[in-house]
Formats: sequence, C-alpha cells, structure tokens
Amino acid sequence: MAVIEIQNLRKTYKTGFWRKTEKEGLKGISFEVREGEVFGCLGPNGAGKTTTLKILMGLIFPSGGTARILGMDIHDPRVKQQIGFLPEQPYLYDYLTPLELLEYYAGLSGVPARERRKRSEAALARAGMSEAANMPMRKCSKGMLQRVGIAQAIVHDPKVVFLDEPMSGLDPIGRREVRELIQSLHDEGKTVFFSTHILTDAEAICDRVAVLDRGELKGVDVVADLLSKARGKVEITWQGQPKIESIRAMSLDYHATGESVRAVVKEADTDRVVDAVRQAGARLVSVTPVHGALEEYFLAKVDAPKKEAEE
Amino acid sequence: MRARLALIAANTFREAVRDRVLYNLVFFALLMVAAAPLFGVISIGVEKIFMVNLGLAAIVLFGVVIAIFVGTGLVSKEIEKRTLYTVLARPVARWEFILGKYLGLAATLAVNTSCMAAGFFVAVAYVSVGLHAADVNLLVALYLIGLQLLVMTALAILFSSFSTPIFSAAFSFAMFVIGNFVEDMRGFAAMSGGPEGWLVRGLSYLVPNLGAMNVAAQVAHGQPVPGALILADTANALFYAVAALAAAVLIFERRDLK
Amino acid sequence: MTGGAISRWAMTALLLSAAGAAYTSYRLERMRSGATLDDVLLVQSPKMVKAASLGYTGLAADIYWTRTVQYFGGKHREKAMRYELLRPMLALTTDLDPQLTVAYEFGSFFLAQKPPEGAGDPQAAVDLVKKGIAANPRNWRLYYHLGFVEYEERKDVIAAADAFEAGSRVPGALPWMKVMAAAMRQKGGEIDTARYMWTNIYESSDDPLIKQNAVYRLIALRIDEDVLNLEKMAAEYQKRNGSYPANWQQVIGMGWLKGMPVDPSKTPYRLMADGRVEVQEYQRFPFITRGLPAGKQSIERITEESFKPQQ
Repeated sequence: MAVIEIQNLRKTYKTGFWRKTEKEGLKGISFEVREGEVFGCLGPNGAGKTTTLKILMGLIFPSGGTARILGMDIHDPRVKQQIGFLPEQPYLYDYLTPLELLEYYAGLSGVPARERRKRSEAALARAGMSEAANMPMRKCSKGMLQRVGIAQAIVHDPKVVFLDEPMSGLDPIGRREVRELIQSLHDEGKTVFFSTHILTDAEAICDRVAVLDRGELKGVDVVADLLSKARGKVEITWQGQPKIESIRAMSLDYHATGESVRAVVKEADTDRVVDAVRQAGARLVSVTPVHGALEEYFLAKVDAPKKEAEE
Repeated sequence: MRARLALIAANTFREAVRDRVLYNLVFFALLMVAAAPLFGVISIGVEKIFMVNLGLAAIVLFGVVIAIFVGTGLVSKEIEKRTLYTVLARPVARWEFILGKYLGLAATLAVNTSCMAAGFFVAVAYVSVGLHAADVNLLVALYLIGLQLLVMTALAILFSSFSTPIFSAAFSFAMFVIGNFVEDMRGFAAMSGGPEGWLVRGLSYLVPNLGAMNVAAQVAHGQPVPGALILADTANALFYAVAALAAAVLIFERRDLK
Repeated sequence: MTGGAISRWAMTALLLSAAGAAYTSYRLERMRSGATLDDVLLVQSPKMVKAASLGYTGLAADIYWTRTVQYFGGKHREKAMRYELLRPMLALTTDLDPQLTVAYEFGSFFLAQKPPEGAGDPQAAVDLVKKGIAANPRNWRLYYHLGFVEYEERKDVIAAADAFEAGSRVPGALPWMKVMAAAMRQKGGEIDTARYMWTNIYESSDDPLIKQNAVYRLIALRIDEDVLNLEKMAAEYQKRNGSYPANWQQVIGMGWLKGMPVDPSKTPYRLMADGRVEVQEYQRFPFITRGLPAGKQSIERITEESFKPQQ
C-alpha cells in the first residue's frame, strides 16, 4: 500500500519586488512511498526536497498536481494526527525547555493530558535528550536542538515520520544515533520519509531513494539493487612487495606508493589475490568491499543534463 | 478544537510572561504612574486631574506598545523563525493558530493592564487621600482602555499575517494614532468637503474609533461616562476586532510559509 | 472543515463585523457630536495639553486650530448668538503654537464680528492679536489685523492708526500700511479708507466667507457714499432754490447727475420730501449705515434676501 502518493506535483514561486519573475521550484514530480519503508529523498541544495516536504506538510500550496498521505488529501485534518515532521534546522521556542515543548506539542497532536508527560519523556529518551530535558532551549547546542526536533516529530507516535536533513548539525556519534533511531522506527513498522544531501546516510538506512535535481525527479530506485550492481569490487592493500605481476594483470586499478600497494579487483578474484600476496611474502593490510554505489548513481543522475549541455 | 485553542493561548501567555522586555515595560509604566503625584506639584489644585490623565495615558501607551510589539512578533516572528512549521504540521488549523495567539495575547494584556491599574489606584488613593465613589468612573476608563487594546492586538495580528514585524509595528502604530483622531479626521472631511471630504470620511470608518474609547479627560474631572457610550464602544471594539481577525485568517489561510 | 469552508466563514465574519464596526462607528459619531470640544471644555490648561501631546505641540496646535474652525463654522451655521468656547480654544491653540499666525488673523476676525457673524468681542480680538504680535513682532500682517479690529469694530481711529504705523515700521511691510496709517490720521476720510481696507482684504484672502463679507462691505460703502453725495446735492438744491427737489429730474436738470441715481441692484434711490435719500430695498443691503428709512436699524448680517452681486 502506498503511504505517500505524489502525482505530477508542481510549484512555481513568484519572486522579485513586483512578484513578476516566476521561478519553478518543482517541475512536475511523481512517486510513491510504500508502507513501512525508509524512503530517502536525495539531491543537492535547491533540488526541491524541502519544497516537496513543505507541500506534504501543508505549509505551502502546490501550483499543480496532487499529493496524498495515507490515502487522504494532505489538507485533510485527520492526516496531521498520523504524521510527525522535523523541519530542516529546527527553530524551536527558545523560551521553553525540551520537556515543556514536547508536552505542548503532544497536546496539540491530541495526546491526552495525563499521558503527555510520560510520552514526552520517552520521546526525549529515544532522541538521547533525557539529561537536558529541563534545560532552557536557548542554552541548547545545535545538535541538542536537532535531537529535540526529532523527539517532537515522534512524541505522538505517528505512522509516518518526515525528516528534513535529520543528520545535519550532528557529530559522527550523533549521526549514528539518529541512524539507529530511524532503523528502530523502521523496525516498528513506521514509514520514514527523509531528505538529505549526504549520500552515505541514505545508503546506510534507506530502502529506496528518489533523486531530485533542480525541481525534477531523476529516478527512484531500490538501494539494495544499487548496491548489488556495485558489488563485485574489492579493494586490497598490502605492504612489502610493490610489484606482484600476477595481481597487476588481473587488477582493475593498481597503485603503488613506496612499499604500500592498493589494488582494486573483481570480487571473484579475492581469494586468488590474497593467496598471491601471501605467497609473495607481503604483509596483507586490508580487504574492503568497494562502496560508493549510490554516489555513482547520484552523480550519474545529477550530472547527466550538465554533460549533455556541455556537449 | 477548544483544547488546542487553549493550549496555543496558554503557550502564547507563557512566551510573553517569560520575555524580559515585558517586565521592563510594565516597570516603566508603573514608574510613570508613581511619578505622577510629583508632576502634580507643579500645577497646584489639579494634582488628581493631572494624575488621572497621566496615569491613564501611561497605561494605554504601554499597553499599546506591548500589544503592537508582542502582537506583531507573534505571527511574523513564528514565520520568520520557522517555529510555525512544527505547529502547523500537527492537527492545528491555521485559523486556530491565529485565534489562539490572539486569546493568549489578550490574556497577557489583561494581566499587565491589571498590574498597571493596581499601581494606578494606589497612586490615586495617595494623591486624593483614599478612594471616592466617583472613582468608579476610573474603572470605566480602564475598561475602555481594555477595549482599545483588544482592537490594537487584532490589528497587530492582521498586519503581521502578511508583513514583516517592523512594517507591522509601524502600520499598527499609525492606526493607533489615526484611530485617536477619527473625530478630527471627520472634522477635516467636513471642512474640505467635496470628493476628498467624502473620501476622508469614508476612510474614517475603516479606522478603529479609539478616540471614542478615550474618556480620560472626563473621568479626570469626575464626570460619569454615559452607559450608551460604553455599550456602543464595546460593540464597536468587538466588531472591529472580529473583522480584523477574520481578515487575518483569510490572508493567512492562503499564504505560503517561506 | 476544509480550507474553502474556513475562507467562506472568515469572509462572512469579515463582512458582517466590518459592517457592524462601521455602523457602530457612525452611531458613536452621532452620539459624540462635538466630542472633540469636550476636551477643550475639560482641559483648558495648555500645560496639560502640552504634556499630553508628548512634545508634538505644533501638531496639537494644528488639531486645536481645526477644532476651532469647526466650532466656529458650526456655530456660524446655526446663527448662534454666543460663541463661548471660541476664546479658550484660540487661547489654547496659540499657547500650543505661538507661531501659528493664521490663528491670530482669522481668530481675531471670528472674535470681533458682531453676533451671529462672530463672537462680538472686539476687546478679546484685540488681546489675541496683541498676544500674536508679542510672539511674532516681525510679522507686520498682525499689526494690520490689529488696526483693522481697532478701526472697524471698536471705532478707535487713534488706536488703529497706532497699529498701522507700528506695522509699517516692520521690515518687509507692504507700503499700503503707511497709507492706512496716514488715512487713519485723516479725519473724515472714513469711507475711502474703509474701501481701501476692504478691497485689500478681498484681494488678499482666499477664504470664501471673508471674501463674501468684504464684497458686501464694499457694496454697503458704495451705498453710504452715494446716499451721502445725493443728500449733499439735495441740500445744495434747497440752498439755491429754497425747497428740496421733488424728483431726481430736477437734480439732473442742475447738471449734477448724468442720469437716474441707482443702487447696486439698479433700483433708483428714493428722494424724500425732507431731502433725505432712502434705499428702496434696504433689507437687501447688509451693513449700510445711510439711506435707511427712519427708525430702521442697519442689518448687520448677510441673509437669504441679501442682494447677490455678480463677482
């Protein structure tokens, strides 16, 4: 079942002092997000990711096309009961503490008064903010605000969670925690729709991704398929023997720097190469599958029109 | 719906109460009221008259400043700072947001005005050695000030539903000044006559009739305020506030939030 | 509720309450006609008004001046015999802005005229202009207004001459100030001087009320002069022939008149048996002092029946 259905969605902005210049934010995009899926919306800044999210949240109105969430029109008030939203770089009421903010928002989302405190504390704990729950938000760091933002998106236990750049402003540990949080939402059967311009984040947790560029949808694909296309390449590094001709012959890429060598070979040849390294008496340093599939996909999709234009 | 309105109003009140600027304003208003007996010394025999005029002027001015600055900040600041996003992504209709904000600010102003009024009565009691029966008129004057603030708050929210905080504040303040001179505006219209006169006269009906809600001069002289005037002022203020809020909702319902 | 339904509700509420607001504003206007005057009644202390105007005393003075004109206009329309508030309002206006010379010029005019044309208080008018002169000693026009009131309303030729002379010494004063002063000094030249003054007022004023008044004054002066001359002729005729002329033909026969003497409405003057001359429709000519039937008073205001001169 499709949880989010987007049909030929368009948005034109009027800009300039007299609002005469028209700028196309979205040029008619269509895709679906299925139930229980973690769906990534990828693209460089200005691609239309936030515009899409803002239309879905009813913050701006589309110039054309339709969007439905859980089978209902996005302006149907019942939709809002079922969704949670983290805006990009959330600005939250800085005169409140995280706990006060979450209780307020839980109330707005219809959580009964006696459950608000418990649910707010639980959401803060999930976002790793339990300790700062009563600290005024104007004293919170950017990373802490991001965590509070995530907590407010899930405090009312929504079916669908929308996250705009959820990893931005976080340190590597924070990114991993958010990744794990999304994973746990996924495990609970929730649908997660998030946007990012950081590919590795999407690669690690998405079931499928949509790639947007300058208001156009460049493609929608299953991440596992993308990864399997890239499987079959392994990077092997060793030290001590710069020239092993048998390996060089079967390598896709071979690069020696002094005593260290880095070779990229087909996955099927991994055992033979490792044997050859050992036989040559070199010290094996690492054997790593080559990633970056999504990056290749992304760059291919995003750069295609540019290259066409150059040609 | 009612629960959400109450929550938004309560949060608006909390925001205002936690804002330090507000305390400064109330403090200055009280200071001004407290200083009024000193001014009275200059003009012997009219201490109380002077005190009442100045005290009521201070209450209305500071009330309006709070209504305008907090009121214009309420909506446009939430848009500018994008705090509105996380609210409107919840089951909160835009009109509920506007109305909840209005109610919250009205409650804030009610509390502030009461504080200032309490200080004012202390000062009046000090100057005239105790309170007298005629001082009931002062309560009427304060009630009419409350009406003015209700109107100004609605206007501030209307302007901030489509403009930046600074412009909203400027527009609102201009309306406050013009609103106090509606009757003079009609005087100008009568003097000039012709199409311009009719235009000015027509415009005078678009401006809140705040001048009619200012009875400081009468009550300072212990004159009662006619019941019919209180009634007409109440109706005028409520109609005006509802019209301004309805216009704010109309604009805000269709607006793209940047 | 959908967005459309809310907009319809809001539109209905807007229209109904806007109508209500406009209607109650209209009711308030009826209820408080002359409300702006209450302030003047209650607060006659310029010190207090100055405090209330927060330093914008110039603006406050402009507003009080408008109110004064309103008040005067209203009273004038209802042909009031008393203008109680005129003096305090003018005092307040000129206290707030002593440089607002228009308030002295027109204010003295409003004050000096006999009711119902004005407050009939030439002493107050003189005091007001003197206050204006004290605040603006380099404004020669104020001396002119002082002289005008002294002469026209108080019949004090000496005081008028003093005022014109003092004014003529102010740098920039127009030369006719000297003429006025000199004319005042000349006894018997009253009609000519008055004509000079009223012509000047007619030419220098933009106010239709004042212009109209000046025209009637000039007409009255012409009639006074006509009657004076015609009566002189009748007296001369009696001196030469022993009896007053029986009709104008006899005077024309003496060669003293070229034709039938007529008033500005082209109606012939009536020659009486005792040598007096009467204006036939004297009711149509306000302000005339001569040619009135015996026992009739001069009409001191412009009425519906007044002769309508072609301008």
